[in-house]
Amino acid sequence: MEANLAQPLPQAHHAAPGGVWRWLASTNHKDIGTLYFWFAATMFLIGGLMAMLIRAELFQPGLQLVQPEAFNQLTTLHGLIMIFGVIMPAFTAFANWQVPLMIGAPDMAFPRMNNWSFWLLPVAGVFLVGSTLLPGGAVAGGWTMYPPLFLQGGISYDLTIFAIHIMGASSIMGSINIATTILNMRAPGMTLMKMPLFVWTWLITAFLLIAVMPVLAGAVTMLLADRNFGTHFFDAAGGGDPVLFQHVFWFFGHPEVYILILPAFGIISSVIPTFSRKPLFGYASMVYATASIAILSFLVWGHHMFTVGMPAAAQLYFMYATLLIAVPTGVKVFNWVATMWRGSLTFETAMLFAVAFVCLFTIGGFSGLVLAMVPVDIQLQDTYYVVAHFHYVLVTGALFSIYAGLYYWLPKWTGHMVNETWGRWHFWLSAISVNVLFFPMHFLGLAGMPRRIPDYALQFADFNRVASIGGFVFGASQILLLIVILKCIRGGEKAEARAWEGAEGLEWTVPSPAPYHTFAQPPEVK
Amino acid sequence: MRLGRQMLLLVCGAGWIQPVVADWALNLQAPKSDIAARIHDIHTLILLVCLGIFVVVFGVMFYALFKHRKSAGHQAHHFHEHATVEVIWTVIPLLILVGMAWPATRAVLDQKDTANPDLTIKVTGYQWKWEYDYLQDGVKFMSASSTPADQIANQAAKGAHYLLEVDEPMVVPVGKKVRVLLTSHDVIHAWWVPALGVKQDAIPGFIRDTWFRANEPGTYRGQCAELCGRGHAFMPIVVEVKSEADYQAWLADKRAGNQARAVAAVAAVAKTFSPAELKTRGERIFAANCAACHQADGKGLPGVFPALAGSKIANGPAAAHIDRVLRGKEGTAMSAFQEQLDDADLAAVITYERIAWGNTGSPVQPADVKARRK
Amino acid sequence: MNANGNQRTSTWLTTLAAAMFAFGFALVPLYDVFCDLTGLNRDAAQSLVNNTQVDASRRVRIELVANVQDGALWRFAAPRQPVDVHPGELVQIEYELENLTGQPLVGRAVPSYAPLAAAAHFKKIDCFCFREQRLAPHEKVRLPVLFVLDRGVARDMKVVTLSYTFFALGKRT
Repeated sequence: MEANLAQPLPQAHHAAPGGVWRWLASTNHKDIGTLYFWFAATMFLIGGLMAMLIRAELFQPGLQLVQPEAFNQLTTLHGLIMIFGVIMPAFTAFANWQVPLMIGAPDMAFPRMNNWSFWLLPVAGVFLVGSTLLPGGAVAGGWTMYPPLFLQGGISYDLTIFAIHIMGASSIMGSINIATTILNMRAPGMTLMKMPLFVWTWLITAFLLIAVMPVLAGAVTMLLADRNFGTHFFDAAGGGDPVLFQHVFWFFGHPEVYILILPAFGIISSVIPTFSRKPLFGYASMVYATASIAILSFLVWGHHMFTVGMPAAAQLYFMYATLLIAVPTGVKVFNWVATMWRGSLTFETAMLFAVAFVCLFTIGGFSGLVLAMVPVDIQLQDTYYVVAHFHYVLVTGALFSIYAGLYYWLPKWTGHMVNETWGRWHFWLSAISVNVLFFPMHFLGLAGMPRRIPDYALQFADFNRVASIGGFVFGASQILLLIVILKCIRGGEKAEARAWEGAEGLEWTVPSPAPYHTFAQPPEVK
Repeated sequence: MRLGRQMLLLVCGAGWIQPVVADWALNLQAPKSDIAARIHDIHTLILLVCLGIFVVVFGVMFYALFKHRKSAGHQAHHFHEHATVEVIWTVIPLLILVGMAWPATRAVLDQKDTANPDLTIKVTGYQWKWEYDYLQDGVKFMSASSTPADQIANQAAKGAHYLLEVDEPMVVPVGKKVRVLLTSHDVIHAWWVPALGVKQDAIPGFIRDTWFRANEPGTYRGQCAELCGRGHAFMPIVVEVKSEADYQAWLADKRAGNQARAVAAVAAVAKTFSPAELKTRGERIFAANCAACHQADGKGLPGVFPALAGSKIANGPAAAHIDRVLRGKEGTAMSAFQEQLDDADLAAVITYERIAWGNTGSPVQPADVKARRK
Repeated sequence: MNANGNQRTSTWLTTLAAAMFAFGFALVPLYDVFCDLTGLNRDAAQSLVNNTQVDASRRVRIELVANVQDGALWRFAAPRQPVDVHPGELVQIEYELENLTGQPLVGRAVPSYAPLAAAAHFKKIDCFCFREQRLAPHEKVRLPVLFVLDRGVARDMKVVTLSYTFFALGKRT
């Protein structure tokens, strides 16, 4: 297979095979990228509907729509689906479509493995979502799966562990593929320090995934053994320790946070220079900042556990290490601002989302700084402040970067320009409602509302109602995105090879839409 | 602050949103201990620093967004590196961080300093209530939510302290250093009182300590802060801070009450109650201890918590029913009530389960429960 | 950009993934080593190095706590009164355990200390927590702990807590 790909393929008369088989057996990076994208979109719909239910239940105090058990299932599944089923596959969609195009490779290094790593995902998705139908319902122990609570549940808990194993295997295979492609298949002349930043961030993300997904697999395997085979890894009765799980989990969990944001940095670093008509400011320092964020991410896991009762020395170490991450992250934000400075700016929808990303992600970064302070974290741990923090990072951060990337690269994928009017409506409705949704959560957390509760005391009623209204508007606004994408696939203004005036890079040298096979002859990079 | 609230109300369309309680709290709860006050100050400091950075950085960005637009005729300048600037904006944040870490470090060391307490209270988390054990004073009791089920189900107006009220609050003297020892009986819980600035996870099998010193008498309310199953939202914490004299009086009362209750319990074992008496008493105990899972209508939650209405145990021999309530069921959320309730309460609640919702089991007397205890 | 190069790269990436999977499990013994170094979770006797003298100049109050997970099976009680000890002094205390059932039971106690910094200074010469406890039906036993709170314990640490949580081993009969 690999040997075949190394042969030059005639571009014109090698079109895609038709029918379902094209998608089931596809080894084409563009087809697989499309599959990843639609999988993420489907899961986004499911996870999003769950979020709507959660916000509806929290619209007013008292139990209205769902019982506490069902509520816990909703929050748990919403977390697992959005992380493993939406953000990660969406970024992998971008990697599949864009990495070969950006480095001038004909396809991924292992096209057949690429097919497997995608088709594992729907299986895992079905297990995860389908477990709601099992007796006792889906997992309700939180996406963090802390024992001993997680040891109490029924068969769906085992199924969820199995689903996580499958998704982990998919991610590891995908990452090996992406890393190998980037390391070995760049066009002649494209040195590492000439790679687009998006490729750099994905290379580092792939290494993070290869390093930590196996640790998660180990942690859930131990959980599975504790649940079914009588081991006592996390059970004090047998000489284990429930806190050990938290250490192992967050050793995975913190790098995972950066897995969910580094590719976002890459996308934003492609979009902003294009619409500023100016090269990215501080390319080298961006690369170093990304790498140092990745390395630091292995050293800070304890900041998720400040209330378990660790020694003061450990708390202080984790606090200092966490604060350090603000430095490279700050460098990135400054570089983006400097890229816009004295540029020639236009505000297409992709750029609007990128600018909103820089602003709102920074709010998430600042609340992270507040939470890094141990004394303050003692007060805010497991409150809505934390919910606000990670939604600013993951929704206005990761998700907005995905939107920016979609608006930016859709012309390359479909051959049509995006309808800017609909795009703008989507942007403004999303950007306003997302703040109405998540900003009040800071106040709720400060005032003392714990997270993961289906019902709350009366003093939290006002802001919850505001947040719910924001949530409904935000949820409804995403229908606009679907319309934009469908319109873009079906028609619209023809896109040129270089769809945007300021766009730079190899992907803009091939026609739009990108032909089924590209760069059979490697391009020359000067 | 008031202006902020008014603006928020305006933004949210004050007319049609009727606040249940007009409480648009924007900040941490008013601190009632020194640690809580320091947390408050550190938070304010960081918030201001962040706000400052935000205004400067995004001031620059928005300036560029308006002035350097293509539509305003601005031409791009193709610079893309500047070593000095890059070093400066790496070093300055580093210095700011050091400045922020300093007060936080001192606060951490003080938060961790549990030496020299005036009294020690052991707090044990249960699904879903707390147990308070005053180690030196021989007082020990359970503290469960006292919010009625009909308020939660929206069938009655909600009280002022909805979900933040308990049957037996923890009581401590004002101005004394109270050391709290945390552990758990089942899963991980977290004991949290925001106004006092304490939060500590309760971990089964292990013991962790924290402390607080309340500055003024009052009632301070908090909640469990670690997901612990379906009742997670319904295990509040209430700490009543009293003057030393009031605290001593409460302690004496509590001891006397314990003795009286012990005497009454012994007397009750000898007594025979009518099914109606048992049912009335049992319904109250059921609501406090059992309804969270088995539901007030006895129907449970299919697949999660078994129904008692029509159940085999509740309609079968009394001995098996008593054993299940006394000893619980391993590997499930059904805990052993042997040490939590006395014989008369157990007889009442078991009888209630056996004759309510159309069940046809035989009533149970306190003496029957006593007989099954060993 | 050839098949061989791809094979090589993917092989070492796969090895990395496998090594990290093993590392996940290695965290378990590593954690034990960490706990042992800090004294958080010891279950073997410790030697008394550098602790030949009793520091009579101060006293530390030791609070004794008993927790039991299966309250229906056992009654597990700590001495009600705390003990005041000199650092370096050899102390013996006794817990009580009673089998409340008509069947033989096997169980084990897990020790825990608060504050955490005190853990490293508890040197247990002998402890019932080192062994499983087997109790005949309705048997009641006294469980001794022999320990020294070593002289390294901080001067401002005036109250420390020694806690045991008792667990039944194996399934209920």
